[in-house]
Amino acid sequence: MAAPTVSRCRSWFQTGSFGVRNVAQVRWRKSLVGASTLRGSASKTTAEKNCDAPWTAVVGLEIHAQICSNSKLFSGSQVKFAAPPNSLVSFFDASLPGTLPVLNRRCVEAAVTTGLALNCTINKKSLFDRKHYFYADLPAGYQITQQRLPVAVNGSLSYSLCVGKNQNEMVSRTARIRQIQLEQDSGKSLHDDARGQTLVDLNRAGVGLMEVVMEPDMCCGEEAAAAVRELQLILQAIGSSQANMAEGQLRVDANISVHHPGQPYGVRTEVKNINSARFLAKAIDYEIQRQVNELENGGTILNETRAFDFRLGCTIAMRDKEGKQDYRFMPEPNLPPLILYDAKSLPTRTCHHQVVNIDQLREKIPDLPSVKRAKLVERYGIQPLHSFTLVNEDGLMEFFETVVTATQMNPRKVIGWILKDMLGYLKQHNLVVEESPVSPLLLAELLNLLESGMISSSAAKQVLEIMWNGEGKSPALIVKEKKLELIQDQNELEHICRAVMDSHQKEVAEIKKGNQKVLNKLIGQVQRTTGGRSDPVSVKQILEKQLSLQPRKKTP
Amino acid sequence: MLRASLREISAALKEGQVSPVELCQKCLALVKATKFLNAYITVAEDTALKQAKASEKRYRQGQRLGDLDGIPIAMKDNFSTMGIETTCASNMLKGYIPPYNATVVQKLLDQGAILVGKTNLDEFAMGSGSTDGAFGPVRNPWSYSQQYREKCVRNSSMQNEDCSWLITGGSSGGSAAAVSSFTCFAALGSDTGGSTRNPASLCGVVGLKPTYGVVSRHGLIPLVNSMDVPGILTRCVDDAATILGALGGHDPKDSTTVQDPFHPFHLPSMTDMNNLCIGIPKEYNAPGLSSETLATWSKAAILFEKAGAKVVEVSLPHTCYSIVCYHVLCAAEVASNMARFDGLEYGHRSSADKSTEALYAATRREGFNDVVRGRILSGNYFLLKQNYESYFIKAQKVRRLIASDFAKVFSSGVDVLLTPTTLGPAVPYTEFIKEDNRTRSTQDDLFTQAANMAGLPAINVPSALSERGLPIGLQFIGRAFCELQLLNVAKWFEEHVQFPAIQLQGIMDPVDAVTQEEKSASFP
Repeated sequence: MAAPTVSRCRSWFQTGSFGVRNVAQVRWRKSLVGASTLRGSASKTTAEKNCDAPWTAVVGLEIHAQICSNSKLFSGSQVKFAAPPNSLVSFFDASLPGTLPVLNRRCVEAAVTTGLALNCTINKKSLFDRKHYFYADLPAGYQITQQRLPVAVNGSLSYSLCVGKNQNEMVSRTARIRQIQLEQDSGKSLHDDARGQTLVDLNRAGVGLMEVVMEPDMCCGEEAAAAVRELQLILQAIGSSQANMAEGQLRVDANISVHHPGQPYGVRTEVKNINSARFLAKAIDYEIQRQVNELENGGTILNETRAFDFRLGCTIAMRDKEGKQDYRFMPEPNLPPLILYDAKSLPTRTCHHQVVNIDQLREKIPDLPSVKRAKLVERYGIQPLHSFTLVNEDGLMEFFETVVTATQMNPRKVIGWILKDMLGYLKQHNLVVEESPVSPLLLAELLNLLESGMISSSAAKQVLEIMWNGEGKSPALIVKEKKLELIQDQNELEHICRAVMDSHQKEVAEIKKGNQKVLNKLIGQVQRTTGGRSDPVSVKQILEKQLSLQPRKKTP
Repeated sequence: MLRASLREISAALKEGQVSPVELCQKCLALVKATKFLNAYITVAEDTALKQAKASEKRYRQGQRLGDLDGIPIAMKDNFSTMGIETTCASNMLKGYIPPYNATVVQKLLDQGAILVGKTNLDEFAMGSGSTDGAFGPVRNPWSYSQQYREKCVRNSSMQNEDCSWLITGGSSGGSAAAVSSFTCFAALGSDTGGSTRNPASLCGVVGLKPTYGVVSRHGLIPLVNSMDVPGILTRCVDDAATILGALGGHDPKDSTTVQDPFHPFHLPSMTDMNNLCIGIPKEYNAPGLSSETLATWSKAAILFEKAGAKVVEVSLPHTCYSIVCYHVLCAAEVASNMARFDGLEYGHRSSADKSTEALYAATRREGFNDVVRGRILSGNYFLLKQNYESYFIKAQKVRRLIASDFAKVFSSGVDVLLTPTTLGPAVPYTEFIKEDNRTRSTQDDLFTQAANMAGLPAINVPSALSERGLPIGLQFIGRAFCELQLLNVAKWFEEHVQFPAIQLQGIMDPVDAVTQEEKSASFP
């Protein structure tokens, strides 16, 4: 499978010298968005203006995704987050002498499925290796990984990101995937500096990981964050990883360098263990800017490992003891080569539970996020940008679809309520979709009231406001209690309209002069008077009728 | 009674001529009487008696588990035994009590075998003398045999008993000594480069290294994972077949065991030699081969030829590179396998607590002997990025050539190869330790390690006594997974050479006395 061509002309520039760090970051981030949106021409002007040579950043990611599996990669221990320390440790996990690894078929299937979802070539034969280093939470003194011949290679990840002034323009990018390898997770060390001791928890030791190694095809934090988000959605869609960053199921290392276009890549640093979606872009952009500043000031970049301190908002060199580690890779002698089959090569006399069939796994892959988005656009006629938001917010698509099914309202109208009102509210209160106090069915009920002409749009917003408070009352009940139904009595409406016109003679005169825009003000006034209980369309008709009836006596 | 073969004692147990408890007590008594051999690191007296009582109960209730029920056996102290200390003859694992049984241990226990104790070895099985362990060297029972003593008296320099005792070979010297001195009816060793066959040869017992992948390594504390095989030490070929029958087969806990079903077998009494082709690898006539061993080897070839077998000289051209290549691969895997011994989870932990690194360094320096540390150092050197290609990869390539040497010979029609097992018979300890461990291993593993490199089954059969009254063994190497054929040939040979039994009257008589009186009719 040929790797897709990837545009590499992304570059941006330093737009001035930065004094204070925090300010610099803000300004740089602005320039970043501008540069990556406008590219070529805009960049040139900036460069000319500043007489600075432009910098291009190169970002490559290595992502560790914890495999969603009941048991560990090579042992039968359970995998569970936040279990009591050392409660999920088999003899093998503790590296008791004489124990041997036994490969977990589920983990292999997860890695193969992930490889297929990421357009990889699946290696029919892959190998396991030992990577040696001494660390307290690595009981065997080596990690079993796939260095020489990984399970999947040469894939690609397509992702989109919002650009433009209002983040309302979408561009798509592709990052090549070099390989996906199966490997063991390490345990966890807790350093108690006060008592000078290290506590080790081996619950995580030996949990299956997929390491997704990407080519350096990204150029800024935004892109990296968008790529990671897309990967996360893919992994969750196919169920190969829960990919929850907060629980450490998805961990990102970023290799970052900067150089002048046309020149060789710069020395790269590795920012390790970026375990938060929120700080991913920030950490990378900080490091790019740091390297640019360093080089601009005549400094050099060291090939080093750095960590992002989210409290300080900067990357810090990690203490790497004796320079470069030599991992002394060696084939894992206790595991035979991992052989995978497809429909053609499947041996006839083998039990099915003993072999992994690539074709069978391929058939089982559900819709990936990109397909989901396309289907949303096609099925509901919504904008691609909206489909992006629907898929990217956990549970929002399902919410939307439930509402759409339960209401007569046009999906294109529904999406406004979902994205603007509902998502806006959730964001404001820092809630996820799952935590929404308004269920999709209640929202649908509300939209049906609106759609059937029972209430006005502004009344609907009032009802929704009350619904957020979460008393669980049905919209119909709220409408009834608050008397928000539209005034159906034509006479009553006409009466109100007349009263409004009488008290707004100036506006009436304006309209009669031909300024029809002022009519909206009158409509608004009627709405206010009725407490949102009037249908703007009817009101408009009544007002127009009454205006035309009135003689133009005051017009000279 | 204790001199019987496994098969004979099994029959005696079945017929009620002896009870499991009685048999176990006899063995334990002999273990005590032969303590000076230093064959055992741990004698599992209490559990053994418990197991014997349970066995006896089964016999009484007519619920015998099989041929091994009630039969005392021993295990090399690098097989994990639940609840019984497993040390690998290293300070690193002194006091380590595994929470699980190795698969082979479990299989033997499931068949009702009685575990007498854990036998001595070179530290982590690194050696060929059973002299380099934390619990001291093992003494070869033949040092105390009438055969050797009589010949020895003539030699004035050998009169001092303490100077004249012989090594067992290794690294499974404790297991070989245990079987040879009748303290058990079978023992497990491990065989990475000859560690079962070498001491079997020097102690005059049968030592079988099965094909790699036939017997589970789960629970065997590894030396070189890609070559380690649990080995079987018995007093005759038939007994080795019986034990193999109990051990063989796929183990879900060891992914390198073969999936094909394993069928235990009994050896028919052979037979017709006419369709057999025996290969004599010319490269095994190596410098240093003792004239007596060479003569025994030649006699064996003639014996087969006379019986109608086709005996042909064959060539294994890469033999001379084998031992060097073995050392590189061995050291590399050792370096890796030993990385886990850091004092954190189990085993020795140094009191150095300045930093985790200091703890590691001190723990490993205190826990490992020079031999182990030396192999770890060289292994890590071979695995360094800059050396990997020129050492490890090269050695792997040579390993493939060696394996293909064997494959070619076997595909040319040869059924079994006949070679010496060691250069010569056992040497006195004082002589042995003049050379360092590495040099000795190079010489002593010369004929045996190639079978490990190629994964082939091989067996040592005691063949003759030397002029000084010491055992000389010969090795048969078979096709992969063709243990039945290999053991058939070995058994035929065994029957025809009539290797004399070790005479240990001085030691055994007091122990055996009671039984001799009681059961003299059954055991002439």
